[in-house]
Amino acid sequence: MIQGVQIDLISADRLERMTKMEKIRLIIDDVMEGNIVVLEKGLTPDEQSGLIELTMQKITPDGFSGIEMETYAAKDASSSGGGLFGKLFGKKVSATRMTVIGPANQMKTIKKDKDLISAWVSSR
Amino acid sequence: MNFFIRTRKRLSKFLNAFFKKRQSRIGIYGPPNAGKTTLSNRIVRDWTGDALGPVSEIPHETRRARRKEGITISNQNGNTVTIDIVDTPGVTTKIDYQEFIEYGMEKDDAIKRAREATEGVAEAMHWLREDIDGVIYMLDATLDPFTQVNIMLVGIIESRDLPVIIVANKIDLPDASASAIRKAFPQHPVIPVSGLEGNNMEELYEKMLEYFG
Ligand SMILES: Nc1nc2c(ncn2[C@@H]2O[C@H](COP(=O)(O)OP(=O)(O)OP(=O)(O)O)[C@@H](O)[C@H]2O)c(=O)[nH]1
Ligand SMILES: [Mg+2]
Repeated sequence: MIQGVQIDLISADRLERMTKMEKIRLIIDDVMEGNIVVLEKGLTPDEQSGLIELTMQKITPDGFSGIEMETYAAKDASSSGGGLFGKLFGKKVSATRMTVIGPANQMKTIKKDKDLISAWVSSR
Repeated sequence: MNFFIRTRKRLSKFLNAFFKKRQSRIGIYGPPNAGKTTLSNRIVRDWTGDALGPVSEIPHETRRARRKEGITISNQNGNTVTIDIVDTPGVTTKIDYQEFIEYGMEKDDAIKRAREATEGVAEAMHWLREDIDGVIYMLDATLDPFTQVNIMLVGIIESRDLPVIIVANKIDLPDASASAIRKAFPQHPVIPVSGLEGNNMEELYEKMLEYFG
């Protein structure tokens, strides 16, 4: 299904220490390598706006075709993954939405099953 | 002309420019193909007789923002508002030229359209950040409104504290649902219209007078 795809988890703590541009860069660089980025805490509207703009700059014919995003309410993440981030980072799941960002051409698989990411991560 | 008069003239010109409230720029935003240009054309035609830009069933027809200045909307009670209408490129997080080939375009043209479309999206975001004073957010009412782009864009607009009217477009089509859109965005007024056929435009104009006046 999503074999060979790397999923990178970014904790709320780490996100809080990063600047807007650092976050956007990290996401784009990661996604352009074909990876999926899971943010424990959602991006601010301003960061989302910047992410859309940089994404557009990076699109090339037959190369990168953009990103797909999904946000999950925190309660979904904890109920399906048994405290997904709690387990991984040893703390309470943030009240803000967990955000999953991936390359547009790979996110279709993930969108089909909303629990896929959580399940996959928590089974590791 | 002596120095005093010249200085006074220059000063009053400066003060005029400074105190004259510039017209609100109302951005028509939304995903590709929602009917933004169709609606912009109708608004501009209804109040000035002109049009703004070409319309197409192929997404990303608008790849540059276009502004029509000084559109005065009024009602029978004598309320008026003068605004600029800015038709913007549809916003998305992904563009693949293959999609345009599926519409029958040649590869070279499709690649060019995709490149211009990416610039258009960035331009739309830029206008929103710098130059827009109010928003008409357009949705195709036959589609699910709960997309990431819609949620994100409405969130960005809200974070800028801009007045926003949501338009549920294409209500001439049988499977259009304004109530699905109301459910998705209960915090904003939702006006069902058909930009193509001109249905319910009066309600939209009333709301524009109220929100952008
Ligand atoms: N049935 C119906 N079709 C509409 C309506 N408004 C627009 N359309 C059609 O939808 C398609 C897209 O319309 P546009 O006005 O080009 O949409 P847009 O939002 O400007 O699209 P982009 O510029 O590509 O982002 C065209 O085929 C229009 O004829 C409507 O009210 N009803
Ligand atoms: Mg258009």
